[in-house]
Formats: sequence, structure tokens, C-alpha cells
Amino acid sequence: MRTIGLVPMGKVPENVLRWVAREVERVYGWPAVIMACREVPSAAFVEKRNQYYSHVLLRDLTEASWPEPGVRYRKVLGVTEEDLATPVLTFVFGEAQLDGRFGLLSLARLGEGFYGRPENEGLLLARAAKEAVHELGHMFGMVHCTFERCVMYFSPNLRDVDDKDVDFCSACWPILSKWLEVS
Amino acid sequence: MAHTRILIADDEEVMRDSLSDWLREDGYDVIAVASGAEAVEKVKSEPWSVLMVDLKMPGMDGMEVVRQVKKISPELPIIMVTAYATVDTAVQAMKEGAYDYIAKPFDPEQVGLAIRKIIAHQEVLEENVALRQALRKQHEFQNLIGKSRKMHEIMETVQTIADSTANILISGESGTGKEVVARAIHRSSLRREKPFMAVSCAAIPETLLESELFGYEKGAFTGATAQKRGRLEQAEDGTFFFDEIGEMSLKSQVDLLRVLQEREFRRVGGEALVRLEARVISATNKNLKKLVQEGKFREDLYYRLNVIPIHIPPLRERKEDIPLLALHFLKKYAVENGKHLNDFSPEAMELLLKYDWPGNVRELENAVERAVIVAAGSLVHLENLTVEGGVTVRGVSEITSISGSATLEEVEKAHILKVLKANDLNVKKCSDILGIDRTTLYKRMKEYGVAKEKEQ
Repeated sequence: MRTIGLVPMGKVPENVLRWVAREVERVYGWPAVIMACREVPSAAFVEKRNQYYSHVLLRDLTEASWPEPGVRYRKVLGVTEEDLATPVLTFVFGEAQLDGRFGLLSLARLGEGFYGRPENEGLLLARAAKEAVHELGHMFGMVHCTFERCVMYFSPNLRDVDDKDVDFCSACWPILSKWLEVS
Repeated sequence: MAHTRILIADDEEVMRDSLSDWLREDGYDVIAVASGAEAVEKVKSEPWSVLMVDLKMPGMDGMEVVRQVKKISPELPIIMVTAYATVDTAVQAMKEGAYDYIAKPFDPEQVGLAIRKIIAHQEVLEENVALRQALRKQHEFQNLIGKSRKMHEIMETVQTIADSTANILISGESGTGKEVVARAIHRSSLRREKPFMAVSCAAIPETLLESELFGYEKGAFTGATAQKRGRLEQAEDGTFFFDEIGEMSLKSQVDLLRVLQEREFRRVGGEALVRLEARVISATNKNLKKLVQEGKFREDLYYRLNVIPIHIPPLRERKEDIPLLALHFLKKYAVENGKHLNDFSPEAMELLLKYDWPGNVRELENAVERAVIVAAGSLVHLENLTVEGGVTVRGVSEITSISGSATLEEVEKAHILKVLKANDLNVKKCSDILGIDRTTLYKRMKEYGVAKEKEQ
């Protein structure tokens, strides 16, 4: 059976992983399996930015040994609490290989605490699920959507994340279905 | 958005990959190259929507890429990307023609917005081009160009009367495009595949007009060594255009009247009757009615020719047509001269609109042709424009705006002298250009002592 693997990278709260797995299963219809934890590669740390480069984490995931070929862990999403950035972007909520196997999700900026506000578990879970579905969408070949409520809407800030749904819009869903068939 | 093609030029692989991956997620087609030279080659060979170029690169740096690309594809929006952002480099990049300037690392929202802004801008530009083309189509008909109410009426008349056989008389000042209207009627008619034959009554001496029009038989006169078909016959069942009909002698008018009445004629020295099949269109820059009153033009011929009258107003009375006409000629002569001109500077257009164009569309066409020859870059500027007689349009504009340094008489004298000089004292031509009658011009020449100069 085709499955989606969720790989905690570093310490990641169990409740978040479980919620993300549940929502991913619901949206994609594939079982989501929480896998063994991996260390966050120290080479990814950029001292002057106090952030981790997402491409280094992604490379770490890509270069790890995975069951090949097979249907298990057809898509693998790394989940971390570290703040991710790229050499050209100040931060990213996540990064994914377009129509590829691997992707990443950072929880760092999804919690209220990052912005100096009291933590809100419900909000964190909802945001984490949306961004996980979003990055997996890229891994299934989907690009950004222009409909603000669609999970594939490009949301560079929390307001946009909160405003969108965890599901695909009616225009994106048929395309995703095709991708799911061939993936 | 799927067809938006972004070219990235950055010497650092990690930067190229990071930016490309991120833009691809946004649905763009992205190609990344490692040097300025490669970017310039890519711009030469393929169409792009946006170029993102790193400022600091070994070899050809970002500024040089902008300079080179602006020469090849001036419309391509360029975003300058740099890790060393300073106000000076930003200003310099924008001066060189970059559309935007962003510093690495950038906020994800910032670059997304920058690109969306460019795409939206391009969509508006494309929409504008499409609208302009649609408008131009509306304002162009068989080489007739104009958006003025009068020109639209003429276009409608041309279409309405094209298939009738009635004679048409086109009136209008020199250079207004009377022959263009005649040709438009011909091309819109069922006769369009047949000949369009034009004769200028002023260009052919009266003694030759008869044999030119009707042809002659062998031996009809000395030198008639073979039978020759006249132009009326050569026109077959096409269109015959008598230009400057007001210049036709009274004797020729009689001959023409007979032909129009009977729709047949004989070749000079011949017996056989030849049928006139062509439709007759005449044109004049004279007031034919006045010539009739003065006994210089036959009234019966006037009414025979003037079944459908079309009057083309001078350009100064339909100034709204000037931009369309000027752009039409600009494109025509830019292609002929291999130039990349595509518009007039606002100042140049303002002056085209201010000038009265006594020589009408023909004078405008000549001015634009000359401007195209001397202009460089993509715009025709003020200093590129001159008008008939070598007077610069700027000169005219300056003169009109001078209040204290020159009197109206001085301005008038200077202009008249320049037109006279440029036209070798040809009074008829100059009076046409200046829009004054010959008597007034002779009077002015006498005042300025010009006639005396010629006699010497």
C-alpha cells in the first residue's frame, strides 16, 4: 500500500505529528506513518542567521537510506521545530521537491510563541496540518493556487495560513486526483 | 501564470537552485544560468517574462548584463538581486533600466510580489497593445487612417458607394489624400481586380492630353507609327482617376464631357468607337464651383463629375487624426529604414499637434520620413522633426511662443522666405503649402523684394 512517511527531525511534539498524520491521511487518502526520528544535521545551521538551511536538511533526507523501490513511504515529509531559511529567502514554512519524494515542514514560525504571544495549541495544529498538506501538494506536483481558501495558496505569513483551508479547492482537486493516480 | 518564463543569472549554484525551486513551486517556468554572458545569450535566443540577475558575478556583472539586455530586449523586466545592497547600487541599477531591486535574503512575500507586479504590468501592456490594435483597425480602412468624425464619415461613404457606377468628385487641399480615397473606393469595389488608372491633368500638356486619354491610330499624326490604346481604354472596366481636374483646359473639358455623356470615344485618327467601361473618379484642390462662376470650368461637366461629392478636410481641421497618421508613417518608414523607432516623445507629438500642416498629410508624411532617417533609439524626438522648407517644427513652436523677441510680421516673413527658398520660388507650390492665395504671396514677395532677386 502506498504510504506517506512523516520523519521528525530533532525533537518534535508527538501531538503535532499525530494531528498532521491524521489530516494528511484524510486529505490524500493514503496512510501516514510516523517514522523514526532523525537528527537535524549540524551542517545546516547558519550561525549569522541563527537558522537552518532547508536545502541541507532536504539533502540529509534525500541521502538517507529508504526502502527502494516500493510503495511504502512514497512521499517523505520531514518535520522540524527548527527555523528554516534558504540562501535567498529570510525564512520558509517548508520546502519540497516539486513532483518529488521529499519535503520539509518547519513548525518554528507556526506557533504563537515565536511572535511573543501565548501559545495556542489549536492554532498550531491547524497551521501545521495546512502547511504539511501544502508541502505534500508540491511533492505531488501541485503548484500554487490563486484561490485564497485553497491549501495550495501561497501564504508567506500567518494571516494567510489561518485564512486558508486544509483542503484543496474544486479547481485543484481534480488535478491532484490525477497526480495521486500516477504517483 | 504557467507561461511566465523566468531567467535567473547567478554564479552561486546554491542561490540558483534555491531561487529556482521556490519559483517553480509558484508555477513559473524557470531556467537558471551561471554567468552574465550565458544570460545575454539566453535573452538573444528565447523569449522571457522576467530576468533575475545577481549584481556581483565574475566576468560580466549584473550591471553589464542589464546594459546588454536592454539593447537586445528593451521591454524585458529585470530584477537586480544582490547580497550587498546599498542605495547607490540600487539607484545605479534602476538607472541602467532594472525594473526592481531586491536584497538577498529576501522575504518570500517580497519576491512573490515583485514578480506578480511585473506580470500584472505586462498583462496591462499586452492588453493596451491589443486595444490599440483593435482601435487602429477601427480607424484604418483601405489605407484611410483617421479617428475624426469626418474621416469616419468618409470611410463609411467609401464603403457605401464603392459598388455604384456613379461618378465621384473628391475635393480637398493638396496633400489631403484625394488619390488615397480614390484608391480606397477602387479597392472596396467589385472592380478591385481591374486596373486603377490615374492621370494628372496638370502634368500632361493639353496638346498631349487627347492622345494620352483616347489613344491614336497608326498614322494619325507625325510620329504615330503604330496604333496605341489610350489610358481610358487601358483602364478597361476598372477605375479611371482624373487628378487635378480643375487644371484641365476648356477644350479638353469638352472632349471629356462628350465621353462621359456617351460612354464611348474614338482614338485620335480613328473611326471605330471604343466603349468607356471604367468608373470615373475626379479630384481637385480648387473650388470648382468658383471656377464655373468664373467661366474657367464647364458647368455641365461639373455636374456630370460631381454625382457623388466627397470633401476631405485639411489636416488642421482634424488634428485628432495626427497621432494615428504620424504613428502609421513612423512604422512604415522605420521598417523601410531598418530602425527600431516605435513612438514619438511627448514633446515631439505635442509639436506635431500644434503645427498647422499647410501641406496636409503629405507634409506630415515627409516630416516623419525625414525624422525617421535622422532619429536614433526608440523615440522620435523634437530635434528630429523638420517641415517642408527646412523650417524646424521646433522653430515654429518657438516662434509661436516668442512674445517679445520677434514680431508676427517678422515670423511670417521668415517662414514665407524659407518656403519660397526651399521650393525654388515656385509660387503655386508655395501658396499651396502656405495656405494663402497666389495674389497674396506675390504681394508679400514684392514687399520682401524676392521677385527682384529672382530676376537677377
